[in-house]
Amino acid sequence: METITFTTQLLQFTVTGLTVGAIYAMVAIGFNIIYNVTEIINLAQGEFVMLGGLIMVFIHVSLGLPMILAFIVTVFVVTLSGILLDRLAIKPIRQPSVMTLIIATIAASIVIKGTAMLIWGKSPYDLPAFSGRTPIELGGVVLQPQYLWVIGFLVVVAIGLTLFFNRTILGKAMSACADNPDAARLVGINVQQMVLLSFALSAAIGAIAGMTLTPIALMDYDRGAMLAIKGFGAAILGGLGSFPGAILGGLMIGLIESWGAGLLLSGYKDAYALVILLLVLFARPSGILGNLEVTKFKRF
Amino acid sequence: MLRIHKAPIVAGVLFILLFPWVTGRFPAIEHYPDLMVFAGIYCLITIGLSLLMGYAGQISLGHAAFYGIGAYASGILTTHFGINPWLCMLIGAVVATLVAVAVGAPSLRLRGHYLAMATLAFGIIVNIVFREEMEWTGGPDGMGGIPGLALFGYPLESVNQYYYLVWAIVAAAFFFTIRLIQSPTGRALRAIHVSEPAAGAMGVDISRYKVMVFAYSALLASLAGSLYAHYMMFINPSTFDTFFSIKLIIMMALGGAHSIWGAVVGAVLFAFLSFEWLHHFGELEILVYGSVLLLVTVFMPEGLAGIPAKILRRGRR
Amino acid sequence: MAFDRSGSPLLEVEELVMAFGGLTALMNINLQVAKGTIMAIIGPNGAGKTTLFNLITGVFPPTEGAIRFNGLTISGQKPHRIAAMGISRTFQTVELFSNMTVLENVMVGKHLHVNRSFLACGLGLPHIRRQEKSLEAEAMELLAFIGLEEKSQVMADSLPLGEQKILEIGRALATDPLLVCLDEPAAGLNETETETAACLIRAIKERGITVLLVEHDMKVIMNISDEITVLNYGEKIAAGTPEEIQRNPKVIEAYLGDGLSVI
Repeated sequence: METITFTTQLLQFTVTGLTVGAIYAMVAIGFNIIYNVTEIINLAQGEFVMLGGLIMVFIHVSLGLPMILAFIVTVFVVTLSGILLDRLAIKPIRQPSVMTLIIATIAASIVIKGTAMLIWGKSPYDLPAFSGRTPIELGGVVLQPQYLWVIGFLVVVAIGLTLFFNRTILGKAMSACADNPDAARLVGINVQQMVLLSFALSAAIGAIAGMTLTPIALMDYDRGAMLAIKGFGAAILGGLGSFPGAILGGLMIGLIESWGAGLLLSGYKDAYALVILLLVLFARPSGILGNLEVTKFKRF
Repeated sequence: MLRIHKAPIVAGVLFILLFPWVTGRFPAIEHYPDLMVFAGIYCLITIGLSLLMGYAGQISLGHAAFYGIGAYASGILTTHFGINPWLCMLIGAVVATLVAVAVGAPSLRLRGHYLAMATLAFGIIVNIVFREEMEWTGGPDGMGGIPGLALFGYPLESVNQYYYLVWAIVAAAFFFTIRLIQSPTGRALRAIHVSEPAAGAMGVDISRYKVMVFAYSALLASLAGSLYAHYMMFINPSTFDTFFSIKLIIMMALGGAHSIWGAVVGAVLFAFLSFEWLHHFGELEILVYGSVLLLVTVFMPEGLAGIPAKILRRGRR
Repeated sequence: MAFDRSGSPLLEVEELVMAFGGLTALMNINLQVAKGTIMAIIGPNGAGKTTLFNLITGVFPPTEGAIRFNGLTISGQKPHRIAAMGISRTFQTVELFSNMTVLENVMVGKHLHVNRSFLACGLGLPHIRRQEKSLEAEAMELLAFIGLEEKSQVMADSLPLGEQKILEIGRALATDPLLVCLDEPAAGLNETETETAACLIRAIKERGITVLLVEHDMKVIMNISDEITVLNYGEKIAAGTPEEIQRNPKVIEAYLGDGLSVI
């Protein structure tokens, strides 16, 4: 019998932690995109992830469309739900305040969750892994091929967004809205459209996170809230609005959770990361990579 | 603006006094006083939250934790140590207040979304402790055998007795809070809500006031938790989870966070909606929940309590 | 220096430095404000005037240097403590309590001088009720002084801008300050409103209250101030009486460089 050394164990937890962390990072990026343009925290962000997973299952498994096609259709459908969210729940609000906006996104998330429950019921669904489930063994550490897909997609999303915000006119217009909506309006940018776009983009990224997560952890209608909380935590930990912060925060929360659950009491899995998050916030109210002077200019 | 009108208070008190007698005549609604016990328990929490959120403008997504601290203080101290329930209630309230000060002091320096996250995280952590410390709390299955309350040596047995006890406490909290709002303290809180720099320049110790009102709302939530535990005689962690914190927010939104009347109306309405009326929708319940909340936020941002003011404004035109 | 200072200064600013990240907003500022005078601080936009106010009133602590008030060091203290020592202020962009009436705004200004115990307030004890009555009377008196007594029950944010600025000054006076810092009291006002504001500032001085003033309207500055300090890019470039400042070549250059004329 081969004994599992502490080091391999630790490495194993690190690998799973980074994978889950990559999902949190994608959710956190979704939070940031909307926050940067609108200063809204969209607590329905987790529902996009849930929808991504379940719609992919429906299209790929139930309808039998090929993986790549199903992937594209899913992104499209979830993006549409993001657009609907903005138009039906956010835009009609006349007196936005932190509280009304938080309540509105919570309400929307309950509606989305309820709809998903009606369609798919309460049982969890599985999705075939993108490239099979034969584990890769690396020095005693077992690696699911899907882990690589998750991390790979995080890299793709990060690079794609960097290019989008720095190289394209649309992306630059969005960044301009984030810096100063009034000035953006003055130079002729349609802020309303940018808000819509931010919801669409966040939804698309949520969908990707959901589709890549489902083969590892299954998916059911009730998963959105916890994913939203972890993603929100990751965004705050890294510093709200900062994309490198979102990735750092996401990976950190994933790692702390995985190490904490593996090495300490597993029941407290969800608590470890949140305790660290609180401590960081108390010591550095703007998060790790956040800028306090910037947050002072934000309304919320 | 903040003059308190006597008429609605008199009407409210009469309503509360006569409610069990009236509903007792009609078999279809004779169980309503039981619902009103829960409504009263919720009221106690939302009254504090209204001061914190509506007046001082500080958001909390973790008040279920204080509700739970009260309930578990009562549960643990009575079943494990045989302490008198009233004393347990007091100890729970002191603990909740101390925890609120300890957590609130660093948290309330945070603003907006950061504060929302901090309180959310705090609520989740406390709930996990309730679930995991099985030896003390019974874990996810909860704990039973919690004794009921007694008054002057006579145990409270009927629903109506609990009804009057709970609503007497609600009334005390209501009047205390309403006086507070009309006093220099209330003005200081409203000042903080609108402009912290200006409030500070007027000599208002901002962090002290925030922590104070946070602690006060925690104290009320803890009392509510103790009442819940002694009324139900059984508690389990899911009663005090984050979804309950969200439900509290829903109550505030329904009634209107800017008014203490809104807190009362929202809590009562929510109790009836969730225990009585939404059941008819079966599986659709959650969808109705979400839609109602969404419609209220979008079309009635001031909640139900905003309606009389709206009618008055129309009438004046 | 031509200006005569009798007695020790009320406010002393010594070698004050304020840096935000890499940006130095104020550099080695020295300043003395004599009791009972009106001192104006002028300078082009971004000169650091509002930053100076924020340091004096404790919004943030200075990077270096000290501020002394009435002989006590106040730099690094919290705003409410500084308010309690007798410094009050207004804001460049009006920061009234928009959710309150005009009267209530002034009543918040009295915050430091009332019994505000949480328990006594909540229990509605008789002395708190009596206090509310006398507080209201005092606030009305102050409203009469600033000429807003007829609007006491109006919501603060429904006043026209000119009256909002006046109310902000009134609210600052309600704290019974030794020194008021007025941040651009005439900004955005028309000529009549500006005249009213200037009169009010003079009346404040007559009450024995020292005034520190940031303002762009040169007519107001030259008319009411006893002494002027000029800041440019975070540095003090001149100080003196209005006459001296008008003749100072450095000042003229700073302003002309900014495309403005002094007079």
